[in-house]
Amino acid sequence: MTDRPATQIFRDGEADLRHRARWWASRAAIYAVLILWAFVCLFPIYWTATTSFKAAPDVMQGNMIPYVDYQPKWLGWRSLGLSPDTIGAESTVRAEFLKRFTNSAVVAVSASALALVLGSLAAYGLSRFSYRFGPMRNADISFFFLSQLILPPVVLALPFLVLYRELALHDTRIGLILLYTLTVLPIVIWIMRDQFAGIPTELEEAALVDGLGVWGAFLTIILPIALPGMVAAFILSLVLTWNEYFFAALLTSTNAVTLPVMVASQTGSQGISWWSMAALSFAAILPLIVIGIVLERYIIKGMAAGAVK
Amino acid sequence: MTPEGDLLHVVTRDDLSPARRALGRVLIWGSFALLVLVALAQALNAARVLDLGFANWRPTLYAYAFWGTCLCIGQVMLKGEQGKRLVFVLPAALFTVAMVVFPLIFGLTIAFTDWNLASLSGRRFNGLANVRQMWADPFYWNALRNMVWYTAAILVEYAIAFGLALLLNAEIRARRFFRVAFLLPLMLSPVAVSWMIGKSMMEIRFGPLARLARWLGWENPSFFGSPEMARFWIMVMDAWTFIPLMMIMLLAGLQAIPRELTEAARVDGAGPWKTFREVTFPLMLPVSVTAILIRIIFKLKLADIIINVTAGGPGGATDSVTSFIFREYRDRSNVGYGTLLAMVYLVLIVIFMTVLMKLAERWTRPRT
Repeated sequence: MTDRPATQIFRDGEADLRHRARWWASRAAIYAVLILWAFVCLFPIYWTATTSFKAAPDVMQGNMIPYVDYQPKWLGWRSLGLSPDTIGAESTVRAEFLKRFTNSAVVAVSASALALVLGSLAAYGLSRFSYRFGPMRNADISFFFLSQLILPPVVLALPFLVLYRELALHDTRIGLILLYTLTVLPIVIWIMRDQFAGIPTELEEAALVDGLGVWGAFLTIILPIALPGMVAAFILSLVLTWNEYFFAALLTSTNAVTLPVMVASQTGSQGISWWSMAALSFAAILPLIVIGIVLERYIIKGMAAGAVK
Repeated sequence: MTPEGDLLHVVTRDDLSPARRALGRVLIWGSFALLVLVALAQALNAARVLDLGFANWRPTLYAYAFWGTCLCIGQVMLKGEQGKRLVFVLPAALFTVAMVVFPLIFGLTIAFTDWNLASLSGRRFNGLANVRQMWADPFYWNALRNMVWYTAAILVEYAIAFGLALLLNAEIRARRFFRVAFLLPLMLSPVAVSWMIGKSMMEIRFGPLARLARWLGWENPSFFGSPEMARFWIMVMDAWTFIPLMMIMLLAGLQAIPRELTEAARVDGAGPWKTFREVTFPLMLPVSVTAILIRIIFKLKLADIIINVTAGGPGGATDSVTSFIFREYRDRSNVGYGTLLAMVYLVLIVIFMTVLMKLAERWTRPRT
């Protein structure tokens, strides 16, 4: 306190006051917009979470706040077999839900991991060496990989439908994993190319002088450095594959059905109660909400990569 | 990207014995011969010339995977150090070729057939009949027109995303909370969003949005009654999920702008609006173009929300191309016609994106 320069003790001159009023007004406006948009973003999630604890009268009266407007009940979660009183008992609905949940998890994690391996290798190669595949040089090969992003899924959907029947991959997790790997591969390559380009080549040169091979240097020196970027690419792939609906709806029927397809089929059937739909939807989005809150840093990093050169 | 030469210079002594190179060659060509053989045998089996008892085409798939592996090993044996480099890119390239190029060629062969999976007659080549049918199909043209509208909505999304990015970049408290909150819609699956917003919050009787609309004086809020309204609300829901994507990219761009530049502008007497228009916005142009291009790419795939909320209705008014083809298959199992529509869509997209990227390149090139 004492070593502060005491040039102006009271900031209440006329000019100061006007300035401060404007400053407060702009602050208030900024926070008002921020809070408004946060409300827009969070309300649907809040609505789904609370609706899963409502009963029919609560839904019809439009009660919003639990414990104030209405008494929360376990109705929605009981219909999924996930409420405290049904969690111990056998439940066919829960068994089905868990099966879809496992399908989604297995497919999303394996596809993201596979894409990460393939994509990181390709991105590293493209960022360090020059290739020639016939007339194609590095820039063309990169473009070949990245142009897959433009390819709309619908173009591949029907050929794959037929091919998968012939290959007996229809309605299998493997089939979905391969296809999802394809859809996220360009994104992984994009992010990882950026990551590797940011790592100075002197590191590998030192490693090579010390007697490591190209692959040895890549695996022991470069990979640990690029790990944050890889996590970012992995998480982003995970989000995209977990939420994918289009291919899953076309290529699965009973065994390999993923969570979004289950949610969609429940929505389609009329007469299903809101609370159980809300419980199902909330259970489907919950893993990603948790990931979003905990790993927000990596997601933002992944999306920002490549946007800023 | 370096146009010429390796970034990482490696000088190794490659003294590969002739035996090793020969083995490598044998490995590659041997496995390739196996692939051709298996594929040929399967083709004959499928054409019912020979009965070899194959139930499906999986052996060919395995043979392809085997050939791919042998190709990678063979490259190392054949070319030594150069081969080891090739192995970085080869797996991804082989995978992409198998998963994209081959299905695309296969798709072209079924695009000109009247293949209906529900009919027993199987696939028959029918020339340009599908093209003629497409030309006369008002629903397809309607879906294409809708895609133009949906894509145009990106400009509004961009404005909102830019505003939010500016706010997040300002000096605020609880920045992390707001960032997480703004990011969350992107994490939600579009299918869940369709139920959460489209089917429950917009439900005419009990949905909170309908209640709000009634409270604001809209007597009978039917959000998906008229074509224009339905299209608008689809746009809103899609924007809600994808605005964070653009926002994060723009935020990264804003954070990369050196503080000195905006400060210098302020010292020179520019107000906030002028600073934004003359300094921030021009500096953000490259990032903006990237963000918009990526958003367009995602927008062109739009389908999940439409399929689940309106199923294209009312009367196909909200259909995107993807959702239209999806229903063409779901309702009529019309694989041949659907594939042709998708192929036409692909050609249109490729033309559109090429033009757009060329234009973007011209716009973002620094003016000298």
